[in-house]
Amino acid sequence: MSNFDLSPLQEQLQSMQTQGRSALLPALHAAQEIYGYIPEAVAQEIGRSLGVPLADVHGVIEFYSLFYSAPPGQAVVHICTDIACALRGSEQVLETVCRHLGIREGGTSADGAFTVQRAPCLGLCEHAPAALVGKSAAGEINSHAVEDLLAGKLPAPRAIVGGTQRRLTKNCGKGRPTTLAEYLEGGGYAGLRRALSLSPGAVIDAVKDSGLVGRGGAAFPTGVKWEGAAQAPGEPKYVVCNADESEPGTFKDRVLMEDDPHLTLEGMIIAGYAIGAPKGYIYVRGEYLQSYKTLGDAVAEAEAAGYLGKNILGSGFDFEIELRLGAGAYICGEETALFESIEGKRGFPRLKPPFPTTSGLFGKPTVINNVETLCNIPFILAEGPEAFRRAGTEKSPGTKLFCLSGDVKSPGVYEVPFGVSLRYLLDDLAGGMRSGSPLQTVLVGGAAGAFATPDQLDVEMSFEGLKSAGLPLGSGVVLAIDQTHDLRQVLLNLARFFAHESCGKCYPCQLGTQRQFEILGRVAAGEAQSEDVARLSDVGWTMGDASICGLGQTAATATLSAIRLWPEMFGAS
Amino acid sequence: MESTTNNEITLTIDGRAVTVPAGTTILQAAREAGIEIPVICYHEATTSNGLCRTCVVEVEGARVLAASCVAQAAQNMVVHTRSERVLRSRRTILEMLSSAVDLSEAPEIQQMIEDYGADTQRFPAAQKREFALLDDNPMYVRDYSKCVLCWRCVQVCAEDAQYTYALSYNGRGFNTMISTFFNEPLPATTCVFCGQCVGVCPTNALKPRREWLLEQGKTPEEIIALTPKERRRRPQ
Repeated sequence: MSNFDLSPLQEQLQSMQTQGRSALLPALHAAQEIYGYIPEAVAQEIGRSLGVPLADVHGVIEFYSLFYSAPPGQAVVHICTDIACALRGSEQVLETVCRHLGIREGGTSADGAFTVQRAPCLGLCEHAPAALVGKSAAGEINSHAVEDLLAGKLPAPRAIVGGTQRRLTKNCGKGRPTTLAEYLEGGGYAGLRRALSLSPGAVIDAVKDSGLVGRGGAAFPTGVKWEGAAQAPGEPKYVVCNADESEPGTFKDRVLMEDDPHLTLEGMIIAGYAIGAPKGYIYVRGEYLQSYKTLGDAVAEAEAAGYLGKNILGSGFDFEIELRLGAGAYICGEETALFESIEGKRGFPRLKPPFPTTSGLFGKPTVINNVETLCNIPFILAEGPEAFRRAGTEKSPGTKLFCLSGDVKSPGVYEVPFGVSLRYLLDDLAGGMRSGSPLQTVLVGGAAGAFATPDQLDVEMSFEGLKSAGLPLGSGVVLAIDQTHDLRQVLLNLARFFAHESCGKCYPCQLGTQRQFEILGRVAAGEAQSEDVARLSDVGWTMGDASICGLGQTAATATLSAIRLWPEMFGAS
Repeated sequence: MESTTNNEITLTIDGRAVTVPAGTTILQAAREAGIEIPVICYHEATTSNGLCRTCVVEVEGARVLAASCVAQAAQNMVVHTRSERVLRSRRTILEMLSSAVDLSEAPEIQQMIEDYGADTQRFPAAQKREFALLDDNPMYVRDYSKCVLCWRCVQVCAEDAQYTYALSYNGRGFNTMISTFFNEPLPATTCVFCGQCVGVCPTNALKPRREWLLEQGKTPEEIIALTPKERRRRPQ
């Protein structure tokens, strides 16, 4: 039934067959690379070859935004229209690009060269407005440079890194990846050497003593997590690095992966040794193609130098790392949805319990840590937990990477010890407001975060400091919004993100993100109904209280925070 | 939480002490105590996924509500099945559901809407999930405007019963819908027309074709005349 030459695909499928269904996403990526999309006959071949029911292959293609079952243009232009880019005029960019090509959003140009799509946050917030043209990222796009953008002539954005204590970012900001030689020169893999000289239990103790808590948003004590997986029955165990950074306004993990990939690898290898895992996976979001490539190169470098593979540094410990590329689904940053995705399924979050430490990837005990969390590990082992605690506060030890974006003069990733003030981040590091317009509010923690008002700028940026101010640390987002912006548009923007990214598994989030988006559409248009605040509150509380996972539970925190702060904003105008 | 040595646990549901074997769900424990908790996606014969969240209950000390169809009862647990938080979530879920889906042939859900005082008009100008009815085989029709995404049909088609794997999903989020491989008509899929999906559908989104034709005003004679070949042919 097919006019497609399936042989190049079949060649690749051969090497994937042993992995079965787990190779489904890699196989779909490979197919799309060959055919430009995933035709029915190709999907059929993949299902047959990997032993996946055809309906399930279809369900997976349908779930991920970056898989196409109908042919798009030769290059897909993803224009980020999420919050950081929206503040810098991305809607206008989208409009201009579409007009230039004579198409509508989502359409393909007459010559078949380009398809233009609205994209969720691309993690290039310090270069807003940003886009992905084919496989190339571009930043600081303005409406006058559309031709250059489409021709791929805009320079690749480079990380902007600053801060007062550069522990994790000491090798970042060069505008290229740190090589293994450079990494070693700066003391790299000393943490791994030290770890391998200790017992696994002693490594876990060091991490526990450091007081390190996860940087992905949930703030769970890392050492306790490792101990749980180490003690859980079941073999093999796995280490998974969550590199699916997709929270709007977040770009710190991208910087760590692109500029100093070995730091993540070293953290993972130490974790593998500590819990007795022979294998680790890094799940990189589908839009982070540069991170994926850089990490892949670093894995090869590390293997060649004996830091990965059999008998690492003569210790007798074996560990390998496999990279996985996501395909456009924010929900896959939720740890159990990420496991499902590696296993070749739709990214539906699982019910908990069981927790990943006892039943994670492939049902085995698993440690899953965020990139930034893992990047703290080498320091803890090399310098010791005491040295680690010298930065930060008693309850929030260490340094933190904050993602400054929005209307500040110098957006970027800033590494500081926990405990500095919000004012310090905004004024001293990010240079204050960009234009003459004063600060209106700060979105703290991400799209799933909350708003801080200008009179809260002295809040201490630590878990305990933020908690007492009613603000979440989230993934370290600090997004400044000046008074030229209509906050109702900001809320609508956040709501659109969640409606687009809800997986649809549980009713509160599946229905609630859509209803929230619709009502906020009315509010932003100045057509709010008198009952809309009550509706938003019921929807928000229901999502927060009854959803399965963290996405639904936080999909209305920003809205509810705005209702508390500015109830008048929700009236008709 | 620890269970007692004889593998029985005692918990409190709505002020009543209930003793059940360890591993019992809160929903089951409540039923044994004569306390009814509403469910939409739950079905004895299918794997519980905690999708609809109408069965949520408040467990003292827990941060969020628990789906009682999957949450296990634990020793000394204190559960409230009709607290303010529970009622707010249930009512809102029912209101949102009725704003999205045609529930006209789902009497159990309609009863729930009445029981919880849910306002079916709560969300004006809300987008509905509307689809053309699919009449692509001689056995049953699919009217996904009535589908509440309970997943039962997908599950009985797969590991819960038939191992046929004819069904999956289109889209995601609000725009999720049950589908076949590339939306092929059912006879072109692995479907064996066992009818189990029709049997577990709670809203009549899946309906025997004959029943549907009768509703369309066709007489039994007309129905036979309409589809003689199809009725005699065994699907591949």
